[in-house]
Amino acid sequence: MDVTFLAGMFQSLLKGLPLTLNLWLLSLAGGGCLALLLNLMRQSRVGNAVAGAYVFVFRGTPLLIQIFMIYYGLAGFGVIRHSILWPFLREPYWCGLLALVLNDAAYTSEILRGGLRAVPRGTVEAGRVSGMGRIAILRRITLPLAIRQALPAYSNEIISMLKATALVSTITLMDITGIARAAISETWRAVEILLCAAVIYLALSIIVTRLCGWLERRLSPWHFGRTTP
Amino acid sequence: MGEIGLLGFGPDGWGLVLAKAGLMTLAVSVAAFLCGLVLGTLVAWARIGGNAVLRALAEAYTVTLRGVPDILVIYLFYFGGRQVVAAVGTALGFAGPFDISGFAAGMLAIGLISAAGQSEVLRGAYQAVPKGTIEAGRVCGMGRFTLFRRVIAPQAMVTALPGMGNQWQSVIKESALVSVTGLVETMRQVSVAAGTTQEHFLFYAAGAGIYLVITTLSDQLFRLAERRSLRGHPGTGTGA
Amino acid sequence: MTLTRSTVLRAGLAAAAILAFGGPVLAEGKTYVFATEAAYPPFNMSKPDGTIYGFEVDLLAEAAKRAGIEYDLISQAWDGMIQGLVDGKYDGVIDAVTVTEKRLQVVDFSLPYTTGGSTFAVLKDAGIEIPGADSLVVLDDETAAEASIAAVAEALKGKTVGVQVSTIQADFLEKYLAPRGVTIRTYPNGPDVYQDLMNGRLDATMAAITNISAFLEKNGDEATTAGPNFTGGVMGRGAAIAVQKGDAELAEKLGAALKSMSEDGTLEALSMKYFKMNVTPKL
Repeated sequence: MDVTFLAGMFQSLLKGLPLTLNLWLLSLAGGGCLALLLNLMRQSRVGNAVAGAYVFVFRGTPLLIQIFMIYYGLAGFGVIRHSILWPFLREPYWCGLLALVLNDAAYTSEILRGGLRAVPRGTVEAGRVSGMGRIAILRRITLPLAIRQALPAYSNEIISMLKATALVSTITLMDITGIARAAISETWRAVEILLCAAVIYLALSIIVTRLCGWLERRLSPWHFGRTTP
Repeated sequence: MGEIGLLGFGPDGWGLVLAKAGLMTLAVSVAAFLCGLVLGTLVAWARIGGNAVLRALAEAYTVTLRGVPDILVIYLFYFGGRQVVAAVGTALGFAGPFDISGFAAGMLAIGLISAAGQSEVLRGAYQAVPKGTIEAGRVCGMGRFTLFRRVIAPQAMVTALPGMGNQWQSVIKESALVSVTGLVETMRQVSVAAGTTQEHFLFYAAGAGIYLVITTLSDQLFRLAERRSLRGHPGTGTGA
Repeated sequence: MTLTRSTVLRAGLAAAAILAFGGPVLAEGKTYVFATEAAYPPFNMSKPDGTIYGFEVDLLAEAAKRAGIEYDLISQAWDGMIQGLVDGKYDGVIDAVTVTEKRLQVVDFSLPYTTGGSTFAVLKDAGIEIPGADSLVVLDDETAAEASIAAVAEALKGKTVGVQVSTIQADFLEKYLAPRGVTIRTYPNGPDVYQDLMNGRLDATMAAITNISAFLEKNGDEATTAGPNFTGGVMGRGAAIAVQKGDAELAEKLGAALKSMSEDGTLEALSMKYFKMNVTPKL
């Protein structure tokens, strides 16, 4: 066990942590907003078809193809290269972030849809009868119930997005995985480097899982056999 | 137009090669899914009925493989797999030398990842089986295997199938990552074609199309299986 | 036999081990497995139906014939190729692998079959001027080369240069240009670097002269070479077939075959066919 090598490796890999965290959190935020939008679109017939098609394509194809399509595929069109979007699409960071946001939105919108469906109609009706406006019903009845229902599935999605950020290393971004791949070609010590990188991701995912578990217990203590948080 | 011709089946067309790559994707996915099924069953077994040590190991396994990016696991198997296979092979009594192809590395890596997910599905499915039916079976004198075959499996299948369907879809998409090992499946073939012809959009769209075909057909198959599994269940109206 | 946990585990592992046996591995009549990228023109390229062709394919066919060995040529990603050779996945790598000190620490090489240096490629109307065109800079003597390197760094300061990962050009850029304010981006696949140059994402790329020539054959209207021709030092001394460390037998067999090809002019003929110039050394 070459401790000095491993220690040095950890230091190098952690330099990629800011980019990984950045992409992870922003893709969740962006994806979440887009998912809300998609669910709102489902109210109308046309919107429902569009949202359905969007979800079908983005959940049915690998993220890697989506990343390559956005980074290389779009750049092939002169129209794009001369548009106002080009300063963004020129940079691998924005292409990667866009791909992650679009991908996350598809999965999150389905999770949200499941959560919203689980809200009993009776409770919403009761709210209306009590004179609550639409916003109030959304805020005090629908969303709290939907979020509690969707939380276990969404915590899986959060971890999935963390793992997904590793794929942006294929378009030259130096996140943790990108630095690891470069280091492998420097030192030929692939297994040790990959294990170091794996440990970092594992640590992050365990922290998040614990946090989500805590949140679940606080929001729905009755699921875990207690009456109060 | 010349570009669409690139997808055709003529001598300059990449159509045939893409079709073969699509079949390779299916092959790797099926192999990986079955590996995952075998291993996932064992892990679920350990978590349900094992002693404390086994349960802890199984849980550690699941947490680890669900928390590490798939691409790292695939790399680990591709670069380090030879040592693992050599160790396992000699332990089982095979003679060397050993080698690990891109297919095997991909299959084992994705199989291991899938096993973690599948074990969760199987565990949930087993726990959803009403304990009363198992007791009734035992009281009737059913042996372990008969109990499994006639009581546990059919009921567990109802809960398990949707989850397994999701796992299968994940496996198909993870198979695209095996392209980093150089295995010529859809993703890699599409990249090579795009790089050679510089028609990136066309080929990535074609690749996406291939995956959509595979996932849609799989979705239909799983739905069919779900409907069949509900046959004879109380309250579903499809009764026998 | 009862279907216990351990039997299932054993069966599963046995199945996995069996499936893992890739190629033929018998002691006599051994078939050597060589890996190449099949995406590095004009050394190795692939046709739509999957056949690999190019300078190195012909070279290997001829050399293997003269060395009297059976072989298989497989295509792999460049990204993990030398690591794969180190791990023993194949017997040799033939992919314009330049002989460098760093690589000699982990693999062995046959005699080299091309010389030729590396230079930059830029878009014609990007307005990038790199001084030193048509000059040869040998990096073995770093002090003598310093002036040229500084001039190049000055021209590229603040700009983005793309390069394929794990290449001698990447090493050169990281060592000499990155510390002087040039942004370097590394790509897993060679063709992608040129693609991004054409898309305007990169100001310049660096690659072997032979590889750039192949690129310019298709895109000579929009791009051109720029800057000096670098060789030696971190750029190594010519490309050769890489073999596993300690496999002196294969290295010598191939080296002897290459020498005989150089002596009777076959090597030069191949070079003229694919590169339109003679980049082969006198062996």
